[in-house]
Amino acid sequence: MSAPASVSCDVLVVGAGPAGLAAAGAAAGAGCRVVVLDDNPGPGGQLWRGAVSSHERVAAPWLAALEHPAVRLIAGARVFARTAPGTALAETADGAFAVHHARAVLCPGARELFVPFPGWTLPGVSGAGGLSALVKSGTAVAGQRVVVAGSGPLLFAVARELKRHGARVLLIAEQAPRARVMRFAASLFAWPAKLADAAAHRAALLGTPYRLGTWPVEARGGDSSLAVRLTNGRREWDVACDRLACAFGLVANTEPARLFGCAIGGGVVAVDARQETTAPGVFAAGEAAGLAGLDAALAEGVIAGLAAAEGHAHGADGATETGLPAPVLRDRTRARAFGRAMAQAFALRDDLRALARPDTVVCRCEDVAHAALAGQPGWRAARLRTRCGMGPCQGRVCGAATEFLFGWGVDSVRPPVVPVRLDSLSAAGEIPPAGVEGPTR
Amino acid sequence: MSGRVTLTVDGRAIGVAAGASVAAAIAAAGIAVFRHSVTGAGRGPLCGMGICHECRVTIDGEPHRLACQTACAEGMRVETAASGAPAVASRGPGPAPRRDSR
Repeated sequence: MSAPASVSCDVLVVGAGPAGLAAAGAAAGAGCRVVVLDDNPGPGGQLWRGAVSSHERVAAPWLAALEHPAVRLIAGARVFARTAPGTALAETADGAFAVHHARAVLCPGARELFVPFPGWTLPGVSGAGGLSALVKSGTAVAGQRVVVAGSGPLLFAVARELKRHGARVLLIAEQAPRARVMRFAASLFAWPAKLADAAAHRAALLGTPYRLGTWPVEARGGDSSLAVRLTNGRREWDVACDRLACAFGLVANTEPARLFGCAIGGGVVAVDARQETTAPGVFAAGEAAGLAGLDAALAEGVIAGLAAAEGHAHGADGATETGLPAPVLRDRTRARAFGRAMAQAFALRDDLRALARPDTVVCRCEDVAHAALAGQPGWRAARLRTRCGMGPCQGRVCGAATEFLFGWGVDSVRPPVVPVRLDSLSAAGEIPPAGVEGPTR
Repeated sequence: MSGRVTLTVDGRAIGVAAGASVAAAIAAAGIAVFRHSVTGAGRGPLCGMGICHECRVTIDGEPHRLACQTACAEGMRVETAASGAPAVASRGPGPAPRRDSR
């Protein structure tokens, strides 16, 4: 397998998760040649990673988009720069290549928010979605004792996945207070499919304690076992386990959109009614454009794919829904309402901002402790003075963490937006930073 | 997906299902510490999806590969922190590290 030096298409789709697959299928169905790039080894995104059996029935019709003769998937490819409108650069294990495109649909999904607490850097402590992704890629958890903590319905989905793979889920700790979760549960009658999901989760997890208003305050231990200290605000207790999986919510992956010159609003890529961003001909769909879950991602993907295929000039009637299928527009509206209800119900409590101690590492790449950051005026100053966010993850973990802890905003990205090999950079030629970020001094 | 793949992790032969990630093979070898941080702390996978770079290992002699995003291949050589690789990653250009311990 060798990566091509350059490929051309009508529509470039970044991300082969639910939104990207929906966009690719819609654009190809409308007669476009489509190239789909994804940095994972295979399609499906984090949810459908490896088209695992539990999701196969739902995923199959969307994965079928990749069978369309006009759709080409290049997996294991990370977009790292955009040299000009219509030219994106990506790297695979085989080298760098350019994708020339008329329009682009960005569906890079979301990552987990990691809240720093004492012991969160220990091996065995991971994201809950992270552990789920590892398990879907073959990591064995059979017989292991796992505590799942954090917030939201993802806790159930992950616990179920772990149990299916033979793990002993000792406890699910939900940080949201009981009253809020109960109100949310009652509101599920507005989304019957979600109610059915919730019921199925509960049934599959009978016998697994679900503690509301409970969160982790510390993890201790060595290489092979952990002690997790939990609290419900009144008392603290320890649970011995092999793994602690934490889900504190999601952060939109906005880096590709920033690279393409799109405006960001409220932490997500700003889009109009046709999913077009502020950059002409560049569309966005899915978690990166709104953190509203699977159903929203699929509807937005279809809309973005159709709109990109149509190729309306930006600004003409670009902000109207004319010509888009009404059922998909309705699906999007309903799904986004669900996303908002979920965000409200599972908003993080302030107690979580007080977990880190002065010596708790916040930037894991550069081992920058909380004490070194607490006095800094903002993200940029912290970067320059402490190296926070200067490591290989380029602030993807500590940027969101410091936003949560200190209210800082990560205001810019610069290419290459992921670490690449020097020969990829030289193959790409000089990458102009113009239009990506302002002066840095 | 069927069949098995054999690779070495820190010199030890490990068999995994075809399609499994390098991270899965390292876990199967009983290794929790994938790399050492810049101050020498043991680290393992955090995000599982190619974001955090905590799972970087050396694969077939190439350092800083992401174990969670790389599929195992027959005969692959994987080296983790335990193999005696340098604990401190080489640094790129930039301001010198300053660690205030106020």
